[in-house]
Amino acid sequence: MSNGTKPPFFMNRTAFTRARFIIGFLAVPVLLYLVYVISPYAQAFSIAMTDWRGVNAEPGFVGAANFRRLLDDNVFWTAVRHNGLLLVLMPLGTLVIALFFAFLLNAGGPRGVSGVRGARFYRVVFFFPQVLAVAIVAVLFQQVFRPDESGMLNAPLMALGLEPVGFLSDPGVAFWSILGVLIWQAVGFYVVLFSAGMASIPRDLYEAAQIDGATRGRLFFRVTLPLLWDTVQVGWIYLGIAALDVFAIVWVMTAEHGGPDHSTTVMAAEIYRNAFQYFKFGYASAMGVVLFFFTVAFAVVALRLSRRERVEF
Amino acid sequence: MVSRTSARTAEVGLTRGQVRERRRLRLGPLSGLSHVALVVWTVLVVVPIVWTFLASVKSEDEIFGSAWSLPATPRWDNWARAWDQAHVGRYMLNSVVVVSLGTAGTMLFGAMAAYVLARYRFRGNRAVYLLFVSGLAFPVYLALTPLFFVVRNMGNLPLIGPLIGLDSYGGLVLVYIAYSLPFTVFFLSAFFRTLPQAVAEAAFVDGASHSRVFFQIMLPLARPGIVSITIFNVLGQWNQYQIPLVLLSGQAKDKWVLTQGIADISTAAGYDADWAALFAALSMAILPMLIVYTIFQRQIQAGLTAGALK
Repeated sequence: MSNGTKPPFFMNRTAFTRARFIIGFLAVPVLLYLVYVISPYAQAFSIAMTDWRGVNAEPGFVGAANFRRLLDDNVFWTAVRHNGLLLVLMPLGTLVIALFFAFLLNAGGPRGVSGVRGARFYRVVFFFPQVLAVAIVAVLFQQVFRPDESGMLNAPLMALGLEPVGFLSDPGVAFWSILGVLIWQAVGFYVVLFSAGMASIPRDLYEAAQIDGATRGRLFFRVTLPLLWDTVQVGWIYLGIAALDVFAIVWVMTAEHGGPDHSTTVMAAEIYRNAFQYFKFGYASAMGVVLFFFTVAFAVVALRLSRRERVEF
Repeated sequence: MVSRTSARTAEVGLTRGQVRERRRLRLGPLSGLSHVALVVWTVLVVVPIVWTFLASVKSEDEIFGSAWSLPATPRWDNWARAWDQAHVGRYMLNSVVVVSLGTAGTMLFGAMAAYVLARYRFRGNRAVYLLFVSGLAFPVYLALTPLFFVVRNMGNLPLIGPLIGLDSYGGLVLVYIAYSLPFTVFFLSAFFRTLPQAVAEAAFVDGASHSRVFFQIMLPLARPGIVSITIFNVLGQWNQYQIPLVLLSGQAKDKWVLTQGIADISTAAGYDADWAALFAALSMAILPMLIVYTIFQRQIQAGLTAGALK
């Protein structure tokens, strides 16, 4: 509206009311955001250089000592490795399953280009876990995964005479149980997302490809996937953020909050544990600072990779 | 190439119906398999939830017996115990209070900021917008320790301190609003930018003030976007677990939200835990979501996926 050639706002009444309006509308949201979001991030950097321990203790400056200690902290690096694994496996598993189901729902019908019967019903059911709180899902699966015949999954195994699986008690299995629950909850969202994308692909493209004798597999890889690529990338970034954000499922569902034997712990759990169970505020903040840079690196890589040419249709 | 051409010539001279029939035969068996795959995933989603509901009316012995047995007689007293003794009723009420205030505040302040940033040009506009949007990339837990102390220090303010400090609804609500702003501002400013200028211009000519144009013209026009993002924020805040865990301590159990309360029943539970009540509590947490989702599933799906499709 206004530009540089106009007189400064205080010279002119309408410009003054306009400026007053802008400031009035921005003041509260910006203030809240600065106090509760920006200032904690900024403070994290200075607290990370202190030996602050205990709620009422005085912080003392220790420089980079916390960061040096972090280098040798095996539990922390285990947590980082788990988040790294999740960053790759959770999007991969979720996207592959979701693309498969979305394609079946939209092009799995008897005539090849139409949806299956009951597609709407399946979408409604698949999406439901998404609206449940992660903490609730964690408690639910804690019961499903029980290690004896009272567990939903172990009961049929034991009825068949097999050994029960320690879904959460076996350090070699627990991480995969976490991954399974994360994918279980996420798939429906991406089925709905990709279905919406697939619905906007013109029918003629499928018909034409089919007349050329394309099989369903070719239809998927040559028509659907290239035209859906933008949405898939958005999904990848969302899931990547979610993978870095994992906390409740680990903290609530696993033994010892990330156990057994640190086999499921993640970065968020280690920060929480150090800050609010050990009260090592300086050390926990140092972890936050390191992870801040990991997150920035992820964001940069994600933005770089997503700058791929679009297919117009 | 050869097979493709031959497939095409083979279809020449056939009626439309016959061509269809051929395609159906070629793709036929797969469509049967697709139903199998879809049914398998439906079972994976539905069974754990139905199993939880069943367990919520089992006796303790039945729960520790075989997992797939049905309850002999439904024990509704499990639900009564969960509601009263495990305080699920209290936690649910707390969640309703905090999420109502949190979402209302988020929508009001988010819409105000988004509107100004989307439709007014002024120095620093871009910087403020980027400041908000940069918050999208960073998980809350990175700054968890300082956040705890920020809220604690707010508690020391004169007069309003006790209302917005640790262990208060107000503190949690303000933090929810602040952390919901990045996505809300990002989404709504994109939405406000698409609205036509003509109506607003006409109103300005008629002498309407800036805020009047916002509340009476632009906000109603932005209704579809507001609805989507409101659903997004209600669910996001309802499902939050880590922030209440930090800000509402064990000394303020009467203010705990639902996720916190249910997780606590499960993690703090030792050998003498009331497992039947735990299943009942779980069912109580799931049931309202199931009802709301069944009624509003179209809006909820649209609301949650809207951000990804922008």
